[in-house]
Amino acid sequence: MDFILQPWPWYVAGPLITLVMLLLFYFGKKFGVSSNLETICAIGGAGKLVDFFKFDWRENTWNLLFILGVIIGGFVTYQWLSPDKTVAINPQTVQDLSELGFQHAGAQYLPDEIYGLNAMFSLKGFLILLVGGMLVGFGSRYAGGCTSGHGIVGLSNLELPSLISVIGFFIGGLIMTWLLFPIIF
Amino acid sequence: MKQLKFLLVGVLFGIILSKAEVISWYRIYEMFKFQSFHMYGVIGGAVALGIIVMILFKKGIIKTYLGDTIKVAPKRKGFKGNLFGGIIFGLGWALAGACPGPMFILLGRGAVAITVVLFGALLGAFLYHALKKFLPH
Repeated sequence: MDFILQPWPWYVAGPLITLVMLLLFYFGKKFGVSSNLETICAIGGAGKLVDFFKFDWRENTWNLLFILGVIIGGFVTYQWLSPDKTVAINPQTVQDLSELGFQHAGAQYLPDEIYGLNAMFSLKGFLILLVGGMLVGFGSRYAGGCTSGHGIVGLSNLELPSLISVIGFFIGGLIMTWLLFPIIF
Repeated sequence: MKQLKFLLVGVLFGIILSKAEVISWYRIYEMFKFQSFHMYGVIGGAVALGIIVMILFKKGIIKTYLGDTIKVAPKRKGFKGNLFGGIIFGLGWALAGACPGPMFILLGRGAVAITVVLFGALLGAFLYHALKKFLPH
């Protein structure tokens, strides 16, 4: 039980993610989280505005159940399986973030400077959250997948489009982290 | 009830990503600063084993529960779409510190502000399909 309560190292988590992928294929489906964004848009009536969303979302019920499970998994872990709410990041990372104006980096999973209620209800903070989400949603569908569909499934299947996409993920992530963060924060 | 298994696999996925801390904004920042092996280990470990699993699928050693051969649909080809879409995704991944899976997990953890990010992600997916005929693929 003690092991479950500790943070899991990469060599435990990595293979377990592969197991999730294997189970979904074993059950005759696929592994991809970001396509749920399209399904939810379709449920919300996006088909009235854009023809793409006129597909029958009921075919993706299994994937909606999957992300409902993901939400429950997050709740269960938060409530009962992770007594330690800190993240043991590199001291150098803490130092770098402190220079950007982030206090107590790693003291919890999310920085108050972005995810705190004060940040959320400020114009700049709200825009950071909204634009961050929009880039993820737009980019994942433009690329045809996110970290799961391209990063795990596509790379495992040695797909060139997935390799190009993952290289893109890193180009974008590095530009944001190294060039844009000092301007934004 | 037949579909309940997908809910359970989702719960497992939510627990794994939570316990590996990959849902933490800080872990994403640390990854893009190359200051920890952790994220590379998680994704790399999953892919390394995934390559073996894909071979077992192709050789028919692992079949679906109904006994059918598992076919993994190839990804849509198109250099520009993958690259530009990937870059846009990466900008958001670093800024929000969450990709789609972790967004749903953080919702389950009761992080109120993630609702804004999720709304943004839905809006982004909608805008892509509204604008895709103007975009290079």
